[in-house]
Amino acid sequence: MKSGLERVDDFEVRRKHLANLSDEELKKRFWELTEKIVEPMINLAKKYTSPSIERSVLLRMGFNSIEANKIVDILYKKDLLGHGAGNVVLKVSKKENIEYLDAGRKIIDGYPCENLF
Amino acid sequence: MDLRPDKKIDIAEILKNLENYRAKKRGWVWRKHKPEQKLGEHTFYDHSESLKNSVPLPAAKYFDNIDPQPKPVITTEIASGRFEDDIRRMRMAAWHGADHIMVIRTTGQSHIDGLIEGTPEGIGGVPITRKQIRATRKALDLIEEEVGRPINFHSYVSGVAGPEVAVVFAEEGIAGAHQDPQYNVLYRNVNMFRSFVDAAEAKKIMADANIFQIDGAHNANATAKKAWKVRPELMVQHAINCMYSLKAGMDARNIGLSTVPPTAPPAPKLWYDLPYAVGLRDLFSDFKFRAQQNTRYVESDTDEAQITHAIDTLISALTSADLQSTITPDEGRNVPWHQNNIRSVDATKQVFNALDGIKQFVKLDMEGPLGKIVRELKERAVLFLEEIIEVGGYFNAVEKGYFVDSGYYPERNGDGIVREQNGGVAAGTIIERKDDYFAPVCSHFGINHLPEGIKNPCDAIGGCTLCKPEKIAFIDELDPEDNVNNRIKSLIEDEKNGIIKPEVEWHGDGIVTVEMVLPTFEEAAEVAAIEIAKKMTLIDPQVIHKRVLHPAEGTMLLVKGRVEHYVKLADIKIPEKVQHLSDEVIEKFVKENDLKVVGATLGEDEHSVGLQEILDIKHGGIEKWGFKCYYLGTSVPVEKLVDAAIEVGAKAILASTIITHGDVHKFNMKKLDQVCREKGIRDKVLLISGGTQVTNDIAVECGMDAGFGRGTHGIDVADFIVKKLMEKKR
Repeated sequence: MKSGLERVDDFEVRRKHLANLSDEELKKRFWELTEKIVEPMINLAKKYTSPSIERSVLLRMGFNSIEANKIVDILYKKDLLGHGAGNVVLKVSKKENIEYLDAGRKIIDGYPCENLF
Repeated sequence: MDLRPDKKIDIAEILKNLENYRAKKRGWVWRKHKPEQKLGEHTFYDHSESLKNSVPLPAAKYFDNIDPQPKPVITTEIASGRFEDDIRRMRMAAWHGADHIMVIRTTGQSHIDGLIEGTPEGIGGVPITRKQIRATRKALDLIEEEVGRPINFHSYVSGVAGPEVAVVFAEEGIAGAHQDPQYNVLYRNVNMFRSFVDAAEAKKIMADANIFQIDGAHNANATAKKAWKVRPELMVQHAINCMYSLKAGMDARNIGLSTVPPTAPPAPKLWYDLPYAVGLRDLFSDFKFRAQQNTRYVESDTDEAQITHAIDTLISALTSADLQSTITPDEGRNVPWHQNNIRSVDATKQVFNALDGIKQFVKLDMEGPLGKIVRELKERAVLFLEEIIEVGGYFNAVEKGYFVDSGYYPERNGDGIVREQNGGVAAGTIIERKDDYFAPVCSHFGINHLPEGIKNPCDAIGGCTLCKPEKIAFIDELDPEDNVNNRIKSLIEDEKNGIIKPEVEWHGDGIVTVEMVLPTFEEAAEVAAIEIAKKMTLIDPQVIHKRVLHPAEGTMLLVKGRVEHYVKLADIKIPEKVQHLSDEVIEKFVKENDLKVVGATLGEDEHSVGLQEILDIKHGGIEKWGFKCYYLGTSVPVEKLVDAAIEVGAKAILASTIITHGDVHKFNMKKLDQVCREKGIRDKVLLISGGTQVTNDIAVECGMDAGFGRGTHGIDVADFIVKKLMEKKR
């Protein structure tokens, strides 16, 4: 889809407030504005996770990609990813007193995780 | 397993025992700059350490065979769809000077929600999998030993599996990667929230693994209608990714701007591309620059592409480049072929070699138009940032179609790309972290509530794969048909049987090209070329390039086709390499026999360089061994040369023949033989001819004792004369 937003080049009018800035001041302004734009975006990333992030956590725990896919799919559907997929796996491992890799495989086999939290 | 320069890399051996292979190193490595480096008799200021094994430029033979390696890392992109064939090409590229090997992903991989495993064949790229990376890295570990310089292996962390791909890259020793959430949003239509949330995690993983990042801003160059108009926006895109990366934990030294000079001749390139390059380097002085050659205008003319790319490289030399990415000149017409990776790496090395020291000779004049344009570009970029804030931030700006508009900002042409905040691939898939959110691994970004008593997150699991690589889970193959083991059967068989068959991309693909000029108009020439190619038994011939020489007089065409022909190594006769006599033996014989030779360029021929190289002591010519050389000059009549030989008592006549029109070289050789016979000296004198089109067979056929062609050195001629005379004495 295209924006449809059209405007003639009004650079000379718009730039008036920049005209007297030194090159250094202009550069400073460039980076201050950028930081202001990026700040809320990076905060979003701090507070949220995603299926891919959770799969990447499971990979780092030593699961293979097929297992990671299955576990995250199950936890996504059960609305448990907000706790962290690795966290869920560890909870099962603790509760059942088994190795955490086996706990993950138990989740794949249908272990009920709903009541862990 | 070691590589030997005279042996092909054993792909089957590379594939063995991969489940236990660990990359020899992780993270990015820059070249080591060696200022004031003496190579041969020349001093270089902007070059790095030389290689242990390499193929120098063709002209190196005139300059002590030096192969200066420029200061910037040099990139080549290799991805034919079959990584096992790419490995062989990577080795070729490394020998020519590439130390950053970039692998493009197969079509559609960015939309796959998860990892691909095994080694399926790709389309327009390679399916990036753990096995493929591990095998390639294993080969590169050997190749870097062979050439004597670390090689940075590179691919892409984008799409909807970015964090997982980043983990695999960190685990498997990938040194560089593209990562830019804006690329996902604008060009892959991945949901913008998902893209940025994933990106922070991926960047954190890359940061800790010392993976060098390249952004995706250059894609606007290839997408916008008029690439030079989006320069202010590109500054904005670079800034957003740089700042986001810093906030995710990356070091500025590992953040690279991917930047492309946006125009090509016949546009007045410097007016657009130089101010843009200067402006970027001013604003982004803390970051690294990956200068990429322009792809936008590359169609079928590889010469045109190479020249544009040489000027792109000139702009890098005038400003700066930490990495110089090369683009194969055939990219506009096919998935790059072996030889074109090498052509682009060589061409880039050639430009940097030539421009060594440029900044000691030339300074950019910021007082003139350059400074003015640079300032204007920066102001336009600042205005763009201001407007993003005015409309409520980045996500709103994207939704309004602010990006990749073909207007020169603040001009707007209404053709920017619009993406909805709640639309795109994987929309609605980000999840808010709860109060007890915990990820028990290293390199995790954002909120992570560690359980009591846990200091490092992965202590909770006794170490993650980034700390304990032995925990990495390896999947070999998932598809019993589509995998490398099946594909390399023919390679193994052909190697065993010594089969030699042409190829440009994949083992034994049989592709060849034929260049021809047809003296007719373009449309007829194209049809005729195909018919002629069919008569040459080319299968599926296609015209891949044509150039109108004149609307009526002629058309040049390049025709691609396939052949089934092959030869067996055992069936061909390879001429034996001559074992030269030692310097001492030659010198002694020359002295004892007071050997004299006369030399000249015959007939109407003014070329003198070749013969002087053979005679002159300074160029390793035969004077070196004590021969007395009488050089008569150019365009010398045959009779005069023979008379001179008789007068000085020469034992050999050296006749240079470069011009071959109407076979005049053959005529002159025959005449030389004939005149010597008429004057009764044929058995007393050796007749030797040389020239670029001369071969020993042609020369002997024309009555000479020997002929020497391209690449001949003084030693070849001295050795021949002395051996022949020794024979005669016996």
